[in-house]
Amino acid sequence: MNDLKQSIITVNDVHKWYGNFHALKGINMEVAKGEVIVIFGPSGSGKSTFIRTINRLEEHQRGEILVDGIELTHDVRNIEAVRIETGMVFQQFNLFPHLTVMQNITLAPIQVRKWDKQKAEETAMQLLVRVGIPEQANKFPGQLSGGQQQRVAIARALAMQPKIMLFDEPTSALDPEMIKEVLDVMVELAKSGMTMLVVTHEMGFARAVANRMFFFDQGQIVESGSPEEIFKAPKEERTKLFLSQILSH
Amino acid sequence: MNQPDTILPPLTERSGILRWLRHNLFGTWLDGLLTVFGLLLIYLAAKGLLTWIFTIAEWDVVVANLRLFMIGQFPLEQVGRLWVGLGFLLFLTGNSLAIWDKRSYIAAILVLAFPLFLAFLPFDSNTRQWLIFLTATGAIGWGLGFSNPQALKKTVVAGWIISLPIIVLLTRGFTDPEAGGAIAIVGTNLWGGLLLTFLLTVVANIFSFPLGLFLALGRRSELPIIRWFSVGYIELVRGVPLITILFMAQLMLPLFVPGGMDIDRVLRAMVGMTLFSAAYLAENVRGGLQAIPKGQFEAAHALGLSGAKTMIFVILPQALRLIIPILVGQFISVFKDTALVAIVGLFDLLGIARTVLSQPEFIGLHREVYAFVSLLYWVLSYAMSYISQRLETSLGIGTR
Ligand SMILES: Nc1ncnc2c1ncn2[C@@H]1O[C@H](COP(=O)(O)OP(=O)(O)O)[C@@H](O)[C@H]1O
Ligand SMILES: [Mg+2]
Repeated sequence: MNDLKQSIITVNDVHKWYGNFHALKGINMEVAKGEVIVIFGPSGSGKSTFIRTINRLEEHQRGEILVDGIELTHDVRNIEAVRIETGMVFQQFNLFPHLTVMQNITLAPIQVRKWDKQKAEETAMQLLVRVGIPEQANKFPGQLSGGQQQRVAIARALAMQPKIMLFDEPTSALDPEMIKEVLDVMVELAKSGMTMLVVTHEMGFARAVANRMFFFDQGQIVESGSPEEIFKAPKEERTKLFLSQILSH
Repeated sequence: MNQPDTILPPLTERSGILRWLRHNLFGTWLDGLLTVFGLLLIYLAAKGLLTWIFTIAEWDVVVANLRLFMIGQFPLEQVGRLWVGLGFLLFLTGNSLAIWDKRSYIAAILVLAFPLFLAFLPFDSNTRQWLIFLTATGAIGWGLGFSNPQALKKTVVAGWIISLPIIVLLTRGFTDPEAGGAIAIVGTNLWGGLLLTFLLTVVANIFSFPLGLFLALGRRSELPIIRWFSVGYIELVRGVPLITILFMAQLMLPLFVPGGMDIDRVLRAMVGMTLFSAAYLAENVRGGLQAIPKGQFEAAHALGLSGAKTMIFVILPQALRLIIPILVGQFISVFKDTALVAIVGLFDLLGIARTVLSQPEFIGLHREVYAFVSLLYWVLSYAMSYISQRLETSLGIGTR
């Protein structure tokens, strides 16, 4: 399908168990550079678990995952190399409450990429302009609205200049009036050519920028295709049912 | 239908003290009796206490031995350097107050003018001069901090960091004790009173901090040996009374050092207190670590921060801030626990109290001596807890 394009993530028959519970049952996925992937499906279907195996916040027990040519194994060096190349945005923002916005963004570039403070702060400032809140640089996360916090979290992830961005339901914890400001940033990012894996139920976002969509249910990929295919002619009953439920809202 | 209790009471009783008294103290027959009885007890106790304080108690014992209570047998010729050390602390205090707590003139005035106030009491002229010196250094520190807060911040922090070694060195001295002189070495057998209590407290607290931190982290380690060692140490120490640890430090520490090297008795007590305090500190830190949400670790890891850097930059700053009140509480309890070193033969505040009471001319004055020592402990503990509350409020602002 994407033979011509260079693949940046390869997921091959990945299985994951929590104790006896089989959370991922043989996931396969090939993501090309610059692709925007939307993952959706009912709660508990394994979307978070899957996206977190890509940067090894969760360990998989079978199968293989390659990120930009690096295989995720127990080797700590590989894990750190992959984490430097992938940024992640969480549902609960997970900003560091004891650090200012600026310090949140510059911490990893200074400590991991070994940039000097000035370079890190200049880059951070550019990113804050990009996500639309340069005036909040010296505030603490607790002083910002949810939408602003999530935009800081995006800037923080981007500061490491990752090749891939992972989003796990980035707008689910937000009040409705703040969802758009975060989605706007994500749309801009998608258009800039970033490779993105996004777990979300924002179908407007999917229509606008997704290249492909994957429907997860009970630890498996039930169906995948372009937004056109998924929205106009879903093949599986489960996909139809789920879409009708979330689109009726 | 009109309920009897909806009828309003007479105007005079609807509000005010009378109503409150009637309602709370004389609500029923029995309440009234208890109140009267209670008042009688309070009256008798207060009367007895006040009579004792003002007419019976012989406070001469405190006045005559004040120097012993403060510094033990520390030689008179060398007292000057203790005053200098105290002056250094007051200088830093004044400086810090001006830099970090500018608006509270009252706190600054209270702290800095206290020695001046003492100078009005009937001390000898030498002591008075030193007391005035203290207020002067404090005021100079405050003035410098006030006029130049930004530039001095780092210097003051550095000052606090080197203050303990400086105080210890000043107390101990440098030159040959035989030759004498203002900076001759004073053996720790002559350290005593509040001075010794203070040094034990500060040394034990400062050294137990890194140790406790490592034990707390060790307890979460993925390496079984480190984890078992930490758990074993913590549970062992917490299961044993401090006094037994102090005895063991006195009797067993010499067994661990090579070739009959003599370890100072005060040092042994410091080691004992430190080892003891570290175990409790580790548990407190562990509590703080557990309170940090998993998302904080995940966000740090996702950014590529290593385990150690995640701890240092993300987790520990939050965990330690959370447990500041508990840490202060522990600091104060270490301060009070140092009194146990009197039992292993050191002359801390309590040890001095016992020596004073064994002098023939002060026999039978237990009440005065222990009342004074208790008051001193209480005043200092309360001061520490008050300062820490201020610290918490000023640290809490704008951070969460
Ligand atoms: N740490 C865990 N331990 C045990 N079970 C878990 C854990 N995390 C997730 N699960 C289970 O795995 C399944 C998939 O969870 P998740 O990936 O969070 O689903 P989704 O993100 O699609 O809602 C759920 O049934 C959940 O209960
Ligand atoms: Mg989820």
